[in-house]
Amino acid sequence: MENNLSLQKTAYSTIVRKEVLRFSRIWKQTLIPPVITNILYFIIFGNLIGERIGKIDSFTYTDFIFPGLLLMSVITHSYTNTVSSLYISKYHRYIEELLVSPIQNYTILAGFITGGVIRGLAVGIVVILAAQFFVNFTVHNIILMLIVIFLSSTLFSMCGFLNGLFANDWDDINVIPTFIMTPLTYLGGIFFSVSMLPGVWQEIALANPILYLINALRFSMLGITDVSIIFAFFIILIFNIFVASLCMYFLSIGKGLRT
Amino acid sequence: MNSPALLINNLTKVYSNGHKALHGINLEIPHGDFFALLGPNGAGKSTTIGIITSLIKKTEGDIKIYGIDIDKNFVKAKTFIGLVPQEINFNTFEPISEILTNQAGYYGVLRHKAIPESEKLLKKLGLWEKRDQFSRKLSGGMQRRLMVARALIHKPKLLILDEPTAGADVEVRRLMWDYLKFLNESGTTIILTTHYLEEAENLCKNIAIIDDGKILRNTSMRNFLSELQNENLILYTENKLDKDINLNGTNISIIDENTCEVSLSTDSSINQLIEELSKQGIKVKSLKNKTSRLEELFIRMVDKNGK
Repeated sequence: MENNLSLQKTAYSTIVRKEVLRFSRIWKQTLIPPVITNILYFIIFGNLIGERIGKIDSFTYTDFIFPGLLLMSVITHSYTNTVSSLYISKYHRYIEELLVSPIQNYTILAGFITGGVIRGLAVGIVVILAAQFFVNFTVHNIILMLIVIFLSSTLFSMCGFLNGLFANDWDDINVIPTFIMTPLTYLGGIFFSVSMLPGVWQEIALANPILYLINALRFSMLGITDVSIIFAFFIILIFNIFVASLCMYFLSIGKGLRT
Repeated sequence: MNSPALLINNLTKVYSNGHKALHGINLEIPHGDFFALLGPNGAGKSTTIGIITSLIKKTEGDIKIYGIDIDKNFVKAKTFIGLVPQEINFNTFEPISEILTNQAGYYGVLRHKAIPESEKLLKKLGLWEKRDQFSRKLSGGMQRRLMVARALIHKPKLLILDEPTAGADVEVRRLMWDYLKFLNESGTTIILTTHYLEEAENLCKNIAIIDDGKILRNTSMRNFLSELQNENLILYTENKLDKDINLNGTNISIIDENTCEVSLSTDSSINQLIEELSKQGIKVKSLKNKTSRLEELFIRMVDKNGK
């Protein structure tokens, strides 16, 4: 039992190391684009358009949208890291290196997810650094902020992992980010407060799980939120448990990996 | 080491499209064996290997590696196995040394222990100079050797090679044969599938022929080869051959004026044949087998199964 545990530990750190090296080697593709994208958001939405919108809950528009933009960068890159890494390893068949070895499914999942989380956090850090020139960076509750970023990152890393398991070609790894994630993120309140929406749209917006992530992070940074923070945490935890269970189930039946 | 290296019992595989690739095969491979698993394309060799290494899910049956049931303790069972797959399957954007140390890590070998082991293997297989290169820059033969090195990094007791020399040139093939012989003599059990029957004939002690998902024969290489009743020899002579040459009933056909083919029954001796030719004033310069003996038997067996 102890041998197995130390084997899984070594295997886990090997997968994590490999994942981190993978995205670090191509840092121009993985770490620089989110900085440029966010600077454009700050300039166009924050400064040019934001000045006409005025303050929201006593914060400038740039400050108001920053938590949402930060979260969007973190979750997008966490997702992209796992989906692309898993799919490429399937495509080139080097996933077989893992599949023939004595690694347990939970180790494979944890290794890939940790890789995705580290990339998400790395992107988060560079975005925060870039934001210093445009945003009045404030933190209402640092512990809360770190927990929200971490849990959002694990959730979307796992979603990327699921996508990678099901993907059969290159198109499949872009369908969910393009047609589901991006619309939900934009409609999740990055650029607006739910209270600004008319009537029924407020109810519809509340059905979007990403809204809870954005509001939880906005609360941890600015101290304002459209939803109950306890409920938001509940949603984040439930989704994490649900998606982790799905990942473990599909790994156990070898979905997309074993014929 | 009482348990066999591999024990397969009633292994069956039905793919999701309904194709039955394995029909309840049984196989026992003792420790220290050099075992050939031969069969035509689509016979079930790769499916069998895929199931042993858990790349393919079995429908029914049991597999034990050194007495460990893969369903009950797959972690332990898998630490015994090293696999050299048929197709190149490493990350071509990773340096060669990383490929080995990562693979070692997947088997629980710590990095500081894997680094000297990978150095040893890369040197043995002539890849040390290339250790910092990306694997995509290696030639086909080098990539094959890298796959062997990767399979050995955690010192497996059972090495499975699925056509390890496919596409490799003669030099690489010979180097690989020598190395595999060395490994086997050092105590590693080896299972080999190959389309080069000469390779299996030269290396393997025991053999199983599989076709249509069934084991047709499972015996020692010596027993199997002894089933050959006739050997076809090509003789090269110093003097010109007469078209009406008669060798007391032995089948002979003239290929050109200095070459002929003789079908010799296995209970006759080559000495007698050469003496007979000598009596007729024909001097034999050299001779060779027309095809490998194993190839002849293999084709005969598979053809028979097809009929």
